[in-house]
Amino acid sequence: MARTAKKNPIDNTFSVITAIASFSVVLLIIGILIVLVRESSLAIEKFGVINFLTSTDWNPVTSSFGAATTIFGTFVTTVISLFIAIPVAIGIAIFVTEIAPDFLKGPIGVAIELLAAIPSIIYGMWGLFTLAPLMAKYVEPALQKTIGHVPIVGMLFQGTPMGIDLFTASVILSIMIIPFTASISRDSFNLTPSVVKESAYAIGATKWEVVKNVVLPYSKLGVFGGIALSLGRALGETMAVAFVLGNNHQITSSLFSAAATITVSLANEFTEADTDIYLSSLYYLALVLFVMSFITLAIAKFFLLKAERKYSR
Amino acid sequence: MKTIFNLIVALAIALSFSMANAEETINGAGATFPYPVYSAWAFDYHKVTGAKLNYQSIGSGGGQRQITERTVDFGASDDPLTPDKLKKDNLLQFPAVIGGVVPVANLDGVQPGQLKLDSDTLCRMFLGEIKYWDDEKIKKMNSGLKLPHSEITVVHRSDGSGTTAIFTNYLAATCPGWKSKVGEGKAVKWPVGIGGKGNEGVANYVKRTMNSIGYVEFAYAKQNKLDYTQMKNRAGNFVEPSFDTFEDAADSGDFDAKKDFHTWLNNTPGKTAWPIAGATFILLAKDKKDSNMKTVKFFDWSFRNGDTTAKNLVYVPLPKSLKDKVRAYWKANGIY
Repeated sequence: MARTAKKNPIDNTFSVITAIASFSVVLLIIGILIVLVRESSLAIEKFGVINFLTSTDWNPVTSSFGAATTIFGTFVTTVISLFIAIPVAIGIAIFVTEIAPDFLKGPIGVAIELLAAIPSIIYGMWGLFTLAPLMAKYVEPALQKTIGHVPIVGMLFQGTPMGIDLFTASVILSIMIIPFTASISRDSFNLTPSVVKESAYAIGATKWEVVKNVVLPYSKLGVFGGIALSLGRALGETMAVAFVLGNNHQITSSLFSAAATITVSLANEFTEADTDIYLSSLYYLALVLFVMSFITLAIAKFFLLKAERKYSR
Repeated sequence: MKTIFNLIVALAIALSFSMANAEETINGAGATFPYPVYSAWAFDYHKVTGAKLNYQSIGSGGGQRQITERTVDFGASDDPLTPDKLKKDNLLQFPAVIGGVVPVANLDGVQPGQLKLDSDTLCRMFLGEIKYWDDEKIKKMNSGLKLPHSEITVVHRSDGSGTTAIFTNYLAATCPGWKSKVGEGKAVKWPVGIGGKGNEGVANYVKRTMNSIGYVEFAYAKQNKLDYTQMKNRAGNFVEPSFDTFEDAADSGDFDAKKDFHTWLNNTPGKTAWPIAGATFILLAKDKKDSNMKTVKFFDWSFRNGDTTAKNLVYVPLPKSLKDKVRAYWKANGIY
């Protein structure tokens, strides 16, 4: 105590202010959690936990609500968008760090980061007016004609292509999360010591071999962290998908049919939810998403910490 | 330093002005559908009287909640509250403007206003029971049109909305199958079809998708030049959506001050009445007399001077008889 008292008063105030700033964030998160639990208590009481998570019924008229359809939609759009985004993002990162000449590295890096700066409502409007018609007219029929005939996998591409479906939503999502994955992967790749890379080149390794055997193993954990962060983003993205997903509460085997994610349901139905149990169920959905995102980010943090520890050694 | 000082003075003056005006501000919140017309009225009202209207279009559910908790001067709702509910929360209710819902289709070679439908056909299309455009039921009403043997794509709203409330109330009122299978409300479990977000979403999908049918607010059908349909009304006539047919619907509607105007304008008996319509409502807190006087003054002024503004924005003003009924209702409650 004596030591802190002797400290410069400005220094003291400064420490206190920073401490307040940090604790306020923690308090805020706890506050949000408390509000979510309190507001959804009515729905928790009525539907329970397991029953709510597994019920596929979502009918405002009969006040019967379940989260299974929206959890399904959230899960499917997230997985497919990652499936599209990860190879592209890692490709970008490899190109920027290892292959591109110096004068290209800057512009491409900036262009990717600009993608992350576009507000998601713009992606939504663009998806509705530009991407969805293109998907319905060209991309989806083409997929149906080719992959659609393959057994089992073909099941994913059945139905009339409307452009308002899980597939279009996933494509938009993937465009949105590419910048995150790409820039974190790039930073991880840059951490590979040049001595190791140069040694590999010195013993006659090609670029492909260096990337495959040196850079990728070195930065694996960082890339995983980046992917997990994108996963968090994809889980919570709202406006971009709200316009192109249709908000149909159903579980389907085809990627060409409309569905709903948790965020899409919230965005579509919150303003006009008129009964208490309806509103409470929407809060309950938000609580489910909160927990899902929390778990995802915890996993991401775990990988990133592990990566940091490895590099600092 | 001097410029900063000047800035502070200017800010202080601006603030004191807005403080002085604070008592002249009416705060409202609720339905998104009437937001453009309320703000246009407020703009004109401000020019004439200096009083401001601050309206937040947060949705009907939010409007109902805010006025129940007395955080605003008035709430706005697209669906009428029942007299019982109003009594419980000590609220008043009156209609402000009329909205019509119009089925729109996209068929090759069919011009706006050519396709004729009745409630039963429309209901079965939205139930998924009538699957093709050349169904006997549709053909019988449209002998002059060449209808293709193509599947009907139904387009509905993906978000909760007053438009859906009016539309499903109409179907439930006229078609027993709809009432038992789907029901009515701002959001329902649709048996078939794809969902578009907002009127603009539905209009966009219908415009783009061949052989589709959807429903939108009258203004959107007009602005997007969509193929609106004729509907058979209760009197048995086929009518086109227009200001006149909406007004006839409002005129023949069952607006009763004793029931706080609780009614839908669906299937009203008027000879040329458009069958799918509804009023949007204003909710007042009975115990806040002073703020109610302010709100009523604004709507009274808008009823007198705002009809052209409303029509320019494709809203249907209340017919004169109904305005008089609303004024009598205000008087009876001592706020006019």
